[in-house]
Amino acid sequence: MTFELTGASRRDFIQASASAAGLMLTFSIAPKAGAADAGVKPLNAFVRVAPDGVVTIMAKNPEIGQGIKTSLPMIIAEELDVPWEMVRIEQADNDPKTYGRQFAGGSMATPLHWDDHRRVGAVARAMLIQAAALAWNCPAGECVTDKGMVIHVATKRRATYGALAAQCSAVTMPDPKTVALKDPKDYRIIGKATPQYDTAKIVSGQPLFGIDVKRPGMLYATYEKAPVFAAKVAACDLDAARAVKGVRGAFVVDGGTALDGLLPGVAVVGDSWWAARKGRKQLATKWAEHPTSQQSSAGFAKRAAELAAGAPQMVTRHDGDVDAALKGAAKTVKAAYAYPFIAHVPMEPQNCTAEYKDGKLEIWAPTQNPESGRQLVARTLGLQPDDITIHMTRCGGGFGRRLSNDYMVEAAWIAREAKAPVKLLWTREDDLHHDFYRPAGFHFFEGGVDAAGNIVAWKNHFVTFGDAPDKPASSAGMSASEFPARFIPNYQLGMSAMPLGVPTGPLRAPGSNALAFVMQSFIDELAEAANADPIAFRLKLLGDQQMVGGSGGYNAERMRGVVKAVAEMSGWGKTKLAARSGMGTAFHFSHMGYFAEVVQAHVAADGQVKVDKVWVAADVGRQIVNPSGAMNQVQGAVIDGLSAALFQKVTIENGAAVQANFDVYPLLRMADAPPVEVRFLKTDYPPTGLGEPALPPAIPALANAIHAATGVRLRELPIDTSLLKA
Amino acid sequence: MAYRLNVNGKVLTADVDDDTPLLWTLRDTLGITGPKFGCGVAQCGACTVHIDGAPMRSCSVPVSAIPAGAKIVTIEGMAADPVGRKVQAAWSELDVAQCGYCQPGQIMSATALLKAKPRPSDADIDAAMSGNICRCATYNRIRAAIKQASGQPVEA
Repeated sequence: MTFELTGASRRDFIQASASAAGLMLTFSIAPKAGAADAGVKPLNAFVRVAPDGVVTIMAKNPEIGQGIKTSLPMIIAEELDVPWEMVRIEQADNDPKTYGRQFAGGSMATPLHWDDHRRVGAVARAMLIQAAALAWNCPAGECVTDKGMVIHVATKRRATYGALAAQCSAVTMPDPKTVALKDPKDYRIIGKATPQYDTAKIVSGQPLFGIDVKRPGMLYATYEKAPVFAAKVAACDLDAARAVKGVRGAFVVDGGTALDGLLPGVAVVGDSWWAARKGRKQLATKWAEHPTSQQSSAGFAKRAAELAAGAPQMVTRHDGDVDAALKGAAKTVKAAYAYPFIAHVPMEPQNCTAEYKDGKLEIWAPTQNPESGRQLVARTLGLQPDDITIHMTRCGGGFGRRLSNDYMVEAAWIAREAKAPVKLLWTREDDLHHDFYRPAGFHFFEGGVDAAGNIVAWKNHFVTFGDAPDKPASSAGMSASEFPARFIPNYQLGMSAMPLGVPTGPLRAPGSNALAFVMQSFIDELAEAANADPIAFRLKLLGDQQMVGGSGGYNAERMRGVVKAVAEMSGWGKTKLAARSGMGTAFHFSHMGYFAEVVQAHVAADGQVKVDKVWVAADVGRQIVNPSGAMNQVQGAVIDGLSAALFQKVTIENGAAVQANFDVYPLLRMADAPPVEVRFLKTDYPPTGLGEPALPPAIPALANAIHAATGVRLRELPIDTSLLKA
Repeated sequence: MAYRLNVNGKVLTADVDDDTPLLWTLRDTLGITGPKFGCGVAQCGACTVHIDGAPMRSCSVPVSAIPAGAKIVTIEGMAADPVGRKVQAAWSELDVAQCGYCQPGQIMSATALLKAKPRPSDADIDAAMSGNICRCATYNRIRAAIKQASGQPVEA
C-alpha cells in the first residue's frame, strides 16, 4: 500500500509532506465548476449542502479496505460541525486538478490530510457562520455552530446549514491557513468508532466494486499473457476461439517490453465472461523465446550464496570498524536469512471496464493510483490525458497491487479495438502469474556482542535484485539508515544485485515486510548469544536517546514506549507456558508508526504451528481518527503478516511464477487466526497512518516465538514446519 | 439452453451453456452481483450461495447440475431471512468489513452455520468458516459477529 520511494514518486512525496507540514492546503478548495445540483450549493470542492441540511462530502482517495472513504470525510465533518447522520459521502473521480494526488499508498492519507481536511471543514463552517451573520446583521463572532446549525448566542436565533448554504455565495472564503480549528476536547466525530460508510451496501451485496460495473452494450474480455514476463505471441488459433459460442472477437495485442506497461498477449471478447474464457482455452498460444526464461528461485538462491562469498558490489554504509569489532567481540554469530517472492492476491481479481467513443475514453477501475493509470493509458493509446476520465470504484483489496495499472491499460486497449464497452476480468491464475511480486531477498549476517551484552558489530551483505545495487528492482532496495543502523557503533551494510526478469513492486509495508523479519530475528540471535532477555536486550539496543539520526530520524523514545507497553500487556517473562509453547517479540518503525508486538505460539509434535495470541502496542501519535477502522487495520495487518510467515511463497521456474491459485498459494484462514489485542499509546505527535506499519513485526515475533518454543531458529520464509518436529 | 432458476424466491430464466457455473449465470446473465468471484476453484468462498439451504461455492456448480426447483438464495436474499438479517446486523454493528469483497460469502457461510447450530462453539466457527478466505484478515471480527448474532458473549 505504498509507492516505491524512488524517482518521481519520491519527489512528489517529499513535496506533499513538506506542504502538509507547512499547514498548506495541498489542493485547491474552490468549488468545482458544474458541481452544483439544483439547490445544492457547493461550499468548496469537498462539501455540498442541500436545502434539507444533508451534507455531501467528497472522498478524494481510492478505498481499498483501509477505510479512507469514511475517515477522511470524518475529519471534514468534525470541523464543519455537522452530525455524522447528516453526512453523505461520495467517491470522487480521478481529478488531480481539484483534489491533488489521489492514491492509496504508504499509509500516507492520514498524515497528509489530517491538517488540510480539518481546514476544508472549518472554512465551510466559517462561511455558513458569515452567511448567518449577514442575514442577522450581527458580527460573525457572536455566532456559534452546533449540530448543523448556526446559532446567534445572545438572541438564540438559529438557522440550519441547509437554509444558509444558498447564501454562502455572497460571502468570501476565509483564509484556510488561519481559520480557527476546534479544540480536540470538543471532538464528536474524530475519535469515535464509526462503521464504514459503505457497510449497509457491503453486507447486503450491492454493487460497489469494479467487477460489478455494467455498461449498456458491454462485452466481457479475458486477456492471456505469456508465463515468461513480456514474451511475445509466436502463434495462436484465433479462429478456434472465435468459433466458440458467445465469442465476439479475438485478437493479438503486440504490447511492449516494459513490465509495468501493456504486455503482449491475446484478447478474447464475448457476450459473457464465461464465453470469453471458453474461447481463450481454444487459443493454444505459443510464446516466443525470451531471454529471462532460464531464471528460477533456485538459481537466484545459488547465485546469492556465490555473491555472498565475495565482497559486496557496493558498501552502502560503514560506521566504525566492523571487522575489528567482530574480532574483539565476546561472542559472534553468523547467519544467512532468505525470504521468497510473494503475491498480493487481493480478493477481487484485477478488472477494469473501459468505453472508447469519439476519441474519448471512460474508465471504471478499482485502482490505488488512478492518475498514474491515466498517464499510462494516454501514453500507450496515444490519447491526451484530458480525454480520459477515470471513475474510482471500491477496490476488493489492494495491498499495493493496484498501484500498478497494467489491467487498466489492457482494458483500454481491448475496448478501443473491440469498438464496444468492455469489462476485462482476470482469472486468479492470471493474477498469481502476473503480479508485481514482493521481491525475494538474501541477507548474510555477522554480528558480535561484548561481555556486557551490547551489540558491538553488525555486518550485513544484502543480495537483492536489480541492474546494480544502487539501481534495485522496485521495492528491492534498502535504506542505509534501516534499523539497527545508527544504533550500533560498528555497522556495515553491503549490497549486491542480480538481474531480474520478474516484475516486482510494493506490497503492504514494502521493504519492511521482509527487513523486519531478518533484522529482528538476527537481533534475537544476538540476544541469545548474550544470554539476555529479548525485551531487555532490545531496550538496551534502543539506548537512552530520544531522537537518533537528528530531526526526522528514528524516535527511540517512542519505540521504547511501545516495547515496554507490549511487554506489560503480554505478561512477558511472567507467564508460565506449556511445553513447546513460547513467546517472541519484535518491533519495527515504518510509515511513521512505532510498533512492538509479542506473539505466543505453540508448536505441535508434528511441527504444526498454532498462534495462540498476539499483543500489539502502537504509537501513531495523539489522535486516532476512527478507532473502529484503526483496530481493524492493525488486527488485519498482523494476521496478514502471520499468513505470509506461515504460508506464502511464489516460486519462479523457467522465468515464470509456478503457483496459480489458492490451493497452492494458501492464505491464512479462520482456524489459524489468533486473537489480536491492540493498545494505542497516545503521544504528542501528529497522527499517522495505519494501513501498513502493524504488519512487519508480526513475522519476526512469530519466528522468535517458535524459537522460544522449540529452540529452532527459522532463517527462511515461509516457515518450514518439517524443521519443527519434536 | 434456457434454465429456470428459483433465485431469492423468484423464478428467473437464464439462457446459458450447460457448463456455465451458477456464479456467472447469476452475475453476468441475471445481474445478481452479490456473489463474488475470487478463485474459480471453490477455494476462497467469495461466491458462496445457499442451494436448498446448504452453502455452496457457486463458481464450481454448473447450472446444469442444479436440481429442478432447487431454491437458490444469494446475499441479496438475506434481508428476507430472519437469521440472515441478524447476521447482517451483527456484521454492521461490529464494522466487520475492511474491503468488504469477501463478506457476502462470509455472511452466507455464517448464516448457514447459525441455522444448523444456533449457538456455535469456536470449533464450530472454525469448521464452518474455513472455506472462506478474508484477505484483509478480519477474522477476529467475523468470529465476534457470529457470536453476537447467536446471542453469545462477544470478547472485546
